[in-house]
Amino acid sequence: MEKRVTFKGIWLPLLLVLPQILITAIFFFYPAGQAIWQSLFIPDPFGLSMQWVGLGNFEYLLSDRFYRASFITTAVFSILVTVVSMGVALYLAILADRLIKGSGTYRTLLIWPYAVAPAVAGVLWLFMFNTRVGVVTWYLGLLGYDWNHVLNEGEAMGLVVVASAWGRISYNFLFFLAGLQAIPRSVIEAAAIDGAHFWTRFRTIVWPLLSPTTFFLLVVNIIYAFFETFGVIHTITSGGPQQATTILVYKVYSDGFVGQDLGSSAAQSVILLVIVSLLTVIQFKYIERRVHY
Amino acid sequence: MAEHTGMVEKRGAGLWLTHLGLIIGVAFIFFPIWLAFVASTVSQPEIVRPPMPLLPGDQFFENYSKALTAGINAPVALMLGNSLFMALGIAIGKIAISLLSAFAIVYFKFPGKKLFFWLIFLTLMLPVEVRIVPTYEVIANFGMLNSYQGLILPLIASATATFLFRQFFMTVPDELAEAARVDGAGPMRFFFDILLPMSRTNIAALFVILFIYGWNQYLWPLLITTDPSMNTIVMGIKQMFPSGDDIADWPVIMATSILAMVPPVIVVVGMQKLFIRGLVESEK
Repeated sequence: MEKRVTFKGIWLPLLLVLPQILITAIFFFYPAGQAIWQSLFIPDPFGLSMQWVGLGNFEYLLSDRFYRASFITTAVFSILVTVVSMGVALYLAILADRLIKGSGTYRTLLIWPYAVAPAVAGVLWLFMFNTRVGVVTWYLGLLGYDWNHVLNEGEAMGLVVVASAWGRISYNFLFFLAGLQAIPRSVIEAAAIDGAHFWTRFRTIVWPLLSPTTFFLLVVNIIYAFFETFGVIHTITSGGPQQATTILVYKVYSDGFVGQDLGSSAAQSVILLVIVSLLTVIQFKYIERRVHY
Repeated sequence: MAEHTGMVEKRGAGLWLTHLGLIIGVAFIFFPIWLAFVASTVSQPEIVRPPMPLLPGDQFFENYSKALTAGINAPVALMLGNSLFMALGIAIGKIAISLLSAFAIVYFKFPGKKLFFWLIFLTLMLPVEVRIVPTYEVIANFGMLNSYQGLILPLIASATATFLFRQFFMTVPDELAEAARVDGAGPMRFFFDILLPMSRTNIAALFVILFIYGWNQYLWPLLITTDPSMNTIVMGIKQMFPSGDDIADWPVIMATSILAMVPPVIVVVGMQKLFIRGLVESEK
């Protein structure tokens, strides 16, 4: 698509794109290129020189028990975060959509968590489930359940999933509510007149018409769970216990900055780069299709 | 007919059940925030001897003034200032460079336009997290550790805003640029007098989204601000926890958590319409 009317000049437009090109080149393309380049080397123990290893870092990673475990952890974590937050959000959106009056008030209240940073959400949930002072921990103790996410891997995973999903409910709720409100009332009313009850209407009309929204949210939430939950993991579990909550992004950080293993960290960055590109392509493909409808 | 409409929009008992379901949802969403607020108004002994109270205490003023003026590693007032500066820098910086480049791409024909276009769009959706180590090295080489430039610049290197403005400029009628040209107005005159005022709502909506994005950054400030006086509030909270077995100063930490969410909550709730518009458009 091109504009028919354009202005003349060559230097002016170049000057206009220059700030963005400079910033993108220095802070995006150069580091991304460095990541790819460094992924082909390992530094010697003294950090004085780099030794070419070709795809050695990748081969090592793919055979590394901890890296493969981190892959599985990431998959489990992302799926759980996506399902929990989308499920709760859809439930709330369906309820809000049934109201004629007052849905605006609930919307105002439900968008709060969007404003809460993942790292702050992590601190809030850590406080509730803290092994010493946590309120929920204490009441669970009354019920005879001994909560300890510092030692128990399953509980650690559960806590980071809930804290991450909590922060994402607002976003999903807004998109689901908009999707539901876009479905013509007349279609639903026609089905109701034909005697279809709520569950039948939902299964045969609402859910299929909502599927573009659902698919879009699926991709966006997986990307969120992959990258933006670092703050939650870092504040609540620091990847533990026994790396049970070390998702891929956390491993890039802990190997690169804490472990100083630059070659491996760079190779992990490249793998993440590939994953996020794939997800982006899937999303664009889907958007293209929606435009053709 | 009248009895059938009730099957879609609930009345009576169904209506109350709907409200009840929503209230339970809101309660679940707000419980962690409420608890943090309560913790920020009670004293440390009330928290370390569980269960802590579920209603606010009388230490509000003490805890917040202690957090703001002293904090634990640095006064929280200072961290709030850093966060504000970073969030504003990211939002304003990204909007400014994106407006200019989108204007050039849409309204000019120049050599290398296609290339620039694709270079910029390649950056769509590749978060800073996947290239942290090399980006950190770039910042370190520029001597930008513990600086506002270091906090802001790498986070404005993405094209989402450019993409948005390009889409919007394409919908602006050609007649406007034509008329400007006939009147002898130069391109920058057209940009400032016509295009910018027309983009006002889009700019505001994007500002809300970018402000929240900047305010809530965690990993990046964690890496490049080693000096506590440069910490942002969102990353500074974790630094307030003691490293060993000591008990954390919960009232001050929770007061800081509340302070960390107040500005973005005000922006999101206060500018709700713009926020939702920005959210929907930046994801389209």
